[in-house]
Amino acid sequence: MNPRMLWRKSINVLMLSLTGLCALVAVSVLFFILGYLVYHGGRDVNWNFFTQLPKPVGESGGGMANAIVGSGKVLLLAALFGVPVGLLGGVYLAEFGGRAIPFVVRYTADLLNGVPSIVIGIFAYAVAVMPVHHFSTLAGGFALGVMMIPIVLRSTEEFLHAVPRAMREGAMALGASKWRTISSVVLPAASRGILTAALLALARVAGETAPLLFTAFGNRYWSPGWGQPISSLPVMIYTYAVGPYEDWHQQAWAAGLVLLGLVLVTNIVVRTVLSRGGSPQRS
Amino acid sequence: MTLRRLLGFAVLAVLFTAPAWAQNINAAGATFPYPIYSKWFDEYHKVYPNVQINYQSIGSGGGIRQLLDKTVDFGASDGPMSDDQLKQAGFKILHFPTVLGAAVPSYNLPGVTAELKFTPEALAGIFLGKVTKWNDPAIAGANPGVKLPADDIVVIHRSDGSGTTYIWTDYISKVSDDWKSKVGTNTSVNWPVGLGGKGNEGIAGLLKQTPDSIGYVELIYAIQNNLPYGSVKNAAGEFVKASLAGVSAAAAGAAKSMPDDFRVSITNAPGKGAYPISSFTWLLIPAQIQDAAKRDAIKDFLHWMLATGQQDCEPLAYAKLPKEVVAKEEKAIAMIQ
Amino acid sequence: MATVPTTVDAAGLSWGPRALLRRLRSGDEVARLITLIFALVVVLLTVLLVYQLWVNSAEARHRFGLSFLWNTTWDPVANRFGALTFVYGTLVTSALGLLIAVPLGLGAAIFLAELAPRRLSDNLTFLIDLLAAVPSVIYGLLGVFILVPIMRTEIQPALKRAFGFTPLFQGPVYGIGLLTAGLVLAVMIVPFIISVSREVLLAVPGDQREAALALGATRWEATWKAVVPYARTGIMGSVFLALARALGETMAVTMVIGNNPTISSSLFSPGYSIAAVLANEFSEATGNLYLSALIELGLVLFLLTFVLNGLARLLIVLTTARGSGVAQA
Repeated sequence: MNPRMLWRKSINVLMLSLTGLCALVAVSVLFFILGYLVYHGGRDVNWNFFTQLPKPVGESGGGMANAIVGSGKVLLLAALFGVPVGLLGGVYLAEFGGRAIPFVVRYTADLLNGVPSIVIGIFAYAVAVMPVHHFSTLAGGFALGVMMIPIVLRSTEEFLHAVPRAMREGAMALGASKWRTISSVVLPAASRGILTAALLALARVAGETAPLLFTAFGNRYWSPGWGQPISSLPVMIYTYAVGPYEDWHQQAWAAGLVLLGLVLVTNIVVRTVLSRGGSPQRS
Repeated sequence: MTLRRLLGFAVLAVLFTAPAWAQNINAAGATFPYPIYSKWFDEYHKVYPNVQINYQSIGSGGGIRQLLDKTVDFGASDGPMSDDQLKQAGFKILHFPTVLGAAVPSYNLPGVTAELKFTPEALAGIFLGKVTKWNDPAIAGANPGVKLPADDIVVIHRSDGSGTTYIWTDYISKVSDDWKSKVGTNTSVNWPVGLGGKGNEGIAGLLKQTPDSIGYVELIYAIQNNLPYGSVKNAAGEFVKASLAGVSAAAAGAAKSMPDDFRVSITNAPGKGAYPISSFTWLLIPAQIQDAAKRDAIKDFLHWMLATGQQDCEPLAYAKLPKEVVAKEEKAIAMIQ
Repeated sequence: MATVPTTVDAAGLSWGPRALLRRLRSGDEVARLITLIFALVVVLLTVLLVYQLWVNSAEARHRFGLSFLWNTTWDPVANRFGALTFVYGTLVTSALGLLIAVPLGLGAAIFLAELAPRRLSDNLTFLIDLLAAVPSVIYGLLGVFILVPIMRTEIQPALKRAFGFTPLFQGPVYGIGLLTAGLVLAVMIVPFIISVSREVLLAVPGDQREAALALGATRWEATWKAVVPYARTGIMGSVFLALARALGETMAVTMVIGNNPTISSSLFSPGYSIAAVLANEFSEATGNLYLSALIELGLVLFLLTFVLNGLARLLIVLTTARGSGVAQA
């Protein structure tokens, strides 16, 4: 084995081990954070937590039932608004667009992505709360939906691009129109990546506090319908974490754990439901 | 087809309407009194189940702004609204004091177990950045017999706008002309020195972890988190450690000269036993409320708060309103039309 | 029948009124129109946002003009405001965050996509995605209670001993500060880089790798020289996502950055970022000039993002000139 070969082989081993190290570091940090949350929050996650309304300080047995439902409602609205806009916009960029419009749309999507969540909150307040003079679930869903759009849009475009030309050409050779090609062949092929992106976007907005403070406001009670202020897990976490009482801090950790659980369950449910449709698995 | 349509309408109706029997009132404002407000609104809800008062602690400034924007029914603030703000409102707003609180100088000095005494000059000097070492005569002079290290003082203040900062800077402005001209009073100021912690929790956290540090927190926080805090020299020359009694004494002193609109600062109050860094916190209520049901609910709540609610204060480390103030407020409630 | 004038554009589509009507009846045209509308919604939202920021910052803009950008005072009592310290803090912490997270994230993504057994990789990524859902407040709390003491007692003194001769690692050691904030940001943005990069790497057609291996490349060479370049734009996309989050991160940063508007060359010193000061002061701010100055800060951050995005794209264009046959950024 000549020296150059030896060099190349050692680099190979070195770099591959380095990537393994990177993965190890990333995963350890992850497990540490999860473990910490489980340890601190696990104590307070009990039946009461899921079924009771919050109780004022000093009284035990309170829970965050309304915040859990609230987060669910607001995230549903956010997904209903953010995913279609991002998905269809991404389809345009990848399949129909020329040079100018896609460039502008991409650029603005990246700009929108970089806006601090608190500015989005202020924006949503001006657009969805001020004109009607009250806070609402709808306004909260709007704010979070806006935050989801750029992630879904950019990722949809990327994954659509990654679908090989051969697949498109094959479909068209069989006589499919462009739209038919996209909906029956290209989108399913890219669906795995797009789904990941959509769930990632949902996960990101699930933990956002600032936009909700200005739009959904918060509610100590149940919020019927979609036009009232509504409680949510991140807002409760924020309120309790900065409070003076130790049992509030406990509740904040518990809420953090439940929030992660909520996102995890959503992830699992959505993936299993959509994978039954069967996307072509890569080798 | 018509059955499906009916079903659809039924679902929409359920999703979009609220039960007519519930009176929903939204309020926003100060974080400092949030624990007791949440207790009060909960207790009141138990007595009157059809009234739901939803209070969110987004900060005094936020409360004022939401009130001005009319997105909430009433607000709450640790600092009284200024004349400019009242003028900006376009509608009349009444102030109703609810409880009293205090800001205390908390510190972390490893090796020093005695309770430190602080003069106004020492506090002003520390936060101005003029007094830089713990064994400076300004501090040592008030603490004879205590061995203070020659270390640099690490000042910690609030980074977020807050009523506690308002109280603190209000007090130091009164005792130091230098501070008044250079820095001033506000919920957020241009601090000459120091690190910023977010919220009382942030300051408490930083204090615990940074040796040789000093900061200011609300009394409740110091008590709940077992932070050591010092006593402060009041206008009568005594060194008073913050306590519910000391805070009430400060309020009682001010009660006699309380203006009709209740907007008063009681920092550096005269009188024996008064703790000098105390303050009221207020509910901000519009003088005119169109919705009769809401108006009655709010007025009822205020009466309830003054009569029954005040008993919840002490167990939660808030000081009650002195009885002169309570009497005056009872009369003022009638002004809400 | 009279001929209605029809024009034909570069894409070979006819644009006369009759032709348009004919095309609208075909599903393709409708699809094109609908997706175009949705794509433009993004632009509309952004324009609306900028408009709101512009209008609401009018008072501050008129009072301070361009000097807002280089003033270092931030005094709500004297009503004098300047953005420079916040811009500095934002740039430094984001740069630190990216510097740490990109190599780490990319390395982990390569490992997960190429080397790890598929099931392990899937499950681990699943869990890493969850990290993106952890609220900022919790990252902040973890930062304050765990990272800061370690920084103050172990890491920062060690850095000071080793690199104290450079201005980057001098000065008193508090634990909180620019470096700690950068670290916290790195932890927060790494999931985006790992998750998206891994998906993009997985989407690279197998022939690329197989071709390289067939030519005698080692595993690493095949990955680095054939697979990764193919996925380059996707990876850059994930970096954009990460950068965007870093620039706009509020709660976690404000808990560990020290919240002191100073500019210092040392990474140990406390600092302040635009998003952090907005989170801290917006709720409490009263007074029109104060509020409008805060909103102007939001506008400045927007401008910053605009410029940074532009520079990054320029970088991509310059390095993609060699061409990998993939879509442009």
